[in-house]
Parts: sequence; C-alpha cells; structure tokens
Amino acid sequence: MNPEIILHAGIATGTVLLFAAIGEVLAERAGILNLGVEGMMLLGAMAGFKMSLASGNPWLGVLVAVAAAGVLSLAHGLVSIHFQADQVVSGLSLTFLGTGLALVFGEGLTGKSPPLIPNLDIPLLSSIPFIGPVFFDDHSILVYFGYLLAPLTWYYIHKTRPGMHLRAVGEKPEAADTLGINVYRLRYFYTFLGGCLAGLAGVAISLSVSPGWYSAQTTSGQGWIAIGLVIFAQWNPINAALGAYLFGAVRRAILDLQGPRTLFGFTNPLFINSNWGFFLQMAPYLLTILALIIGSRAAMRRRLGAPAALGVPYIRGERGL
Amino acid sequence: MRLPFQISVEKRTEDYPKWLPALMSLLAVVIAFLISGLILALVGGDPARVARFFWSATFGSWATFSDTMVKATPLIMVGLACAVAFKMRLWNIGAEGQFYLGAFFASLVVLVPILPPEAPKPLILLTMAVMGMIGGALWGFVPGFLKAKFNVNEIITSLMLNYVAILWNNFWIFDRWSEGGFQMTATFPRSYWLPRLADYAREYRAFAGITLHLGVVFGLIAAIAVWWIFQRSRWGYEIKLIGDNPQAARYAGLNITRNIILVMMFSGALAGLAGMSEISGVVHRLQERISPGYGFTGIIVAWLAKLNPFTVILVSILFGALIVAGREIQPSGLAQLLQGIILFMVISSDVLLRYKVSITRAA
Repeated sequence: MNPEIILHAGIATGTVLLFAAIGEVLAERAGILNLGVEGMMLLGAMAGFKMSLASGNPWLGVLVAVAAAGVLSLAHGLVSIHFQADQVVSGLSLTFLGTGLALVFGEGLTGKSPPLIPNLDIPLLSSIPFIGPVFFDDHSILVYFGYLLAPLTWYYIHKTRPGMHLRAVGEKPEAADTLGINVYRLRYFYTFLGGCLAGLAGVAISLSVSPGWYSAQTTSGQGWIAIGLVIFAQWNPINAALGAYLFGAVRRAILDLQGPRTLFGFTNPLFINSNWGFFLQMAPYLLTILALIIGSRAAMRRRLGAPAALGVPYIRGERGL
Repeated sequence: MRLPFQISVEKRTEDYPKWLPALMSLLAVVIAFLISGLILALVGGDPARVARFFWSATFGSWATFSDTMVKATPLIMVGLACAVAFKMRLWNIGAEGQFYLGAFFASLVVLVPILPPEAPKPLILLTMAVMGMIGGALWGFVPGFLKAKFNVNEIITSLMLNYVAILWNNFWIFDRWSEGGFQMTATFPRSYWLPRLADYAREYRAFAGITLHLGVVFGLIAAIAVWWIFQRSRWGYEIKLIGDNPQAARYAGLNITRNIILVMMFSGALAGLAGMSEISGVVHRLQERISPGYGFTGIIVAWLAKLNPFTVILVSILFGALIVAGREIQPSGLAQLLQGIILFMVISSDVLLRYKVSITRAA
C-alpha cells in the first residue's frame, strides 16, 4: 500500500482511459456520438499485439493499431454521417463488429509475448522527490505522450481556428456550413481521429500497461468507462485526463488492497477471504456511475453540457435545430 | 472519366411498399453472411464447410432444432426487453446484468429456500418466475431512476451495472453457495426445474433427448403481452408517443419521469425472466457464464426485428442458431463478428427506405 507505487501504476493504467476519453471528446465535440470505443480499443489491442509479434517492432504495432481502429471508426462515420442512422445503434454495432474482428483475427494470440513498448526515465525530472518517481520514472513512452496530449487538445479546441471550426460543427452545423466549413468532412475527420486514439488506448493495454492478449477481457469495459468519463469531464480534455488518472489509481489500489495481511493496523478481511474482493472490483463501475451523476448534475445546474448537435445527423438543405 | 450511367439519390416522397423493410432486413442478413464468409476465407477457414456445419448443427434434425430453440428462448425474452425500452428511445443495454440478477433472485427461491422442494410445482415455478422478474426490474430501476431524476445517461449506467451484477453473482457462487469449492451452486432439486419435452419421453418416444423446456412458452406469452401493450393499451400508446415526440408528450401532460422508470423496470423484468428460465430450464444451478452475451445479442435481435414482438421470435431463432453453431465453429469470435455485420447492414439498409436510388443512362 505504498502511495507512490499506486499513483505510479495509476498513471500508467489511466493513460489508457486518457487516450480513449480524449478521442471521444474530439468526436463528440464534432457532434458524433461514438459508442464503439470498446470495440475499437479491442481491435487496436489485438492488431498492435499481432503486428508487434509478427514484425518484432512494437512501434509498427502501435501504427497498425491506430490505423485499424481509425478505419473501423469510419464505418460508424459512414453510417451516421451519410446514412443518417441512429448513432446509438450504429455505435453499439461498431462495438460488436470491433469485438468480433478482434476475436477472429486474434485467435491463438493468448500466451504469446511480443516485444513491448519500452519504458524510460526522464533524466532531470525523475530525481524530484515524490513527483519524480510517480510521474517521470520508468513509464512507457505513451504515458509521456499522454501528458502532452491533454493540454495540447485543450489548446487546440479552445484557442485555435480549426478548433473553433470543430466546436461550430458540433454546436451548430448549419451555421458552420454557411461559413464555408465542410461539416461532413470535419465530422469524418474527428470520428477517424477518435478511432485512432481508441486504437492507441487499446495497444497501450496490450503492449504496455498489462501486456498480453486475453480476448475480450483485454479491455474489460474500459472503453465504456472512457465514454462515461467524457460526460463526467464535461467534454473538456483536461478534466478527462484528470478523471482518467483518478480511475487508473483506483483500479490499481483495488489490486494492492488484496495483498497485505494487515491494513492500517487491522487484519485485512481480503487476506482471509479473497472473495470479498468481488465487491472491491465493482468499484470502478460504481465510480463511473457516481461520476456520471456528478457530471449530469453539474451540467443541469450550469445549463452547460453536451455539444448541441451531439448525435444529430446534419442534412444539408434541411432546416437545422 | 464519364460514367455511362448516372446514379441519382432522391428523398422518397411517396410511401414505400409494405414488403420493402422485410426484404431489406433479409438482404442485410444474407449480405452479412457473405461478408463473414469472405473474412473467414481470409483468415484461412473454409466458408462452405462452416456453412454446411452451421446448417446441420442448428436446423438439421429435430434434436438440433430443439437446441436452437433452447438458445432462442432467452433471446426472445431479452429481445423483447430491449424492444420495449427502445420503443421509448431508452437505450437499455443492461439486459445482460438484468438477466444475471433475475437468475440470482430466482435462485433465492431454491437456495434460501423460500419454498421447499415439496411445495406444489406450479407454485414453485411461478414464484421463481416472479422473483426473476423482480430481480431484473430492480436492476432496471437503477438506470431508469437516475435517468428520470438526474438526467444521467442510461446507456453507460445500465452497461456498468452489467459488470456489477456479474461480480455480485460471482461472490455468491464462489463464496456462500459454492459447491465443494467449485464456482457453482449445487444442482437444484428436480422440483425446481422447468419441465422439458424429454421428461415425457416415456409417453411419447419422439421426445427422447429433446431439451426444449417450458421457458419458450414464457417467451411466447411475453411476446403476446408486449404486442398487446403496444397495440391495444393506453400505456403502450403513451410509451410510443414519448419515444416519437417527447415534446408533444410533455404538452399532452404525460408523466415522462414515471414512464422512464416504469419502462426500464418492465424491460428489466423481461430480461430477469429470461435469467430465471435459463437457470431453471437449462443450467439447473447458479454458476458462472450462464449467459454467452444474451443481453447484448438481444439488442441486435430487437433492432433487426424492427421492435416488432412477433418478429423478435423469428429473429431469435436465427440468432439462437448462431449461438449453437458458434460454440463449435473456429475461430470462436465468428458468431460475434457476424452479429456485428448483420446489425451494421440493417441500419445501413434503412437509408434505402428513406432514399430512392435510381440508375439511369447518361444523357
């Protein structure tokens, strides 16, 4: 129960959620609700794992994972942008499709050990007491990328011109269209980007955080937790990142609570009967529900919330909202 | 380059013929099978052999058809559960968890025990069915309540509760009710079993080995009940109105908050009944993995059936066959892949109902 270790591992685990949640923030900001995150993540996890195994190069694995999930997300894009289908159903079917593809192509990968994404220390920063060992010591390169991704995405969405276009497309597509912004193209682009990040999240699991291919258990619902985080974070990438790290730490603490014989001077009930751990394992899921309640209440109070055109197909030439 | 013909897409102004949606769904399924075959060939399988196997393992004989129907039974109830919620545009994707909790509550009748094995069988089975429905309804209540009171997205909450329900079940079967350290309860005494056709093999020789059980009748009754609610009752009309146009429903003075909770509970109850039917009719004990994802397949079933309760039955039989064959077919994810492609094809084909695509010769 060393807080340094829990936080260190929490950051690593949380990075997975961070990628997936920020990808979903981008897609939803453009007005596309993609519930297929779990499927895209699983496909990414499988594709990256398989490629790294075949080529011996984990970075090739990352590339393939990102591309595979990105391409898969375009199926959702086509159905929801051009065919104007219900985005909830389309996203759900994307999860089925991604899971199915991952299981079919991932047959026989369990137990294999491909080269993993390397860990490294950041020279000066890692010697700062507490902060160094938690944030800058022996982390996967993807973790450091995550540190940059959240603030950069925030800056992009809120302070740049393309970011403004992104928000316009998600809030009032018909107005954006009259300004000469290509609504369809941008929506495809951000759906694709969201898919790529979900793939990155997947490969971060299978080639770094908890290496291996355990079929559908590889992601164990983290894609859904990421979608919940987006609502909790009020579509803000910085909040999404913080939430992701918090969830990562909780997941890790659950594992660590089951080990020791005594806990804070008391006998650890989990040591005597590990079955109590089932209740502990419910924590991330219950916490997601709690986070959603908090997020939804905040949204109701501040009259803020989802992008106005979230989940609404844009049909050129028809009256908008 | 100029094409020798012109493709034009126009919005349909006239109504489409009545048979078109059914034809589209059928085509969608056929195309999905073809695409899956292609993918199977890509990973080195033999689609033709798998197709022959699929047929003989599912519809080939009375015994295998009975297997298919046994798998279709929970799907009918779970499919109806999803259809009911979707009618109101409530996205209950927690049927899996509601199924597990229904199974848990039904098991209470046996394991507490609420009724002794000597009690009259109809009373036992009825109590178990009611308990199953209560368990499912309870699990549907939570996301319904949160949606109605705090506007919390029911998709995520109902899905999260799936994991919680499975972990809850695990605690009981690993710990309290574990049979000799295995992850399952003891087999239920026979008086808690739903009657199977095989039980009457002595009277009718043809029934020997036919495992079809009374649960399928539960499914049929549920389908009729759902049909009646939506076609004949005021409540069903309210649900449809809220689903189609919540604004208008509010102006009409309908209580949306209450209906959200009620519909989620009704949906959960149907999924819970499926859980009861499965443990009392097939598994005969509470254990791990009593569902190979029925709750999720139910979503596809409901959508493919266009939320029509009787079509749900037909689609459930197709998907029951997929599950039966899927257990044997390698690679193991093929059935799931097929489900995903089918659903994608179905929602894509909807665009052809809204738009008319015509190909004409270029001028």
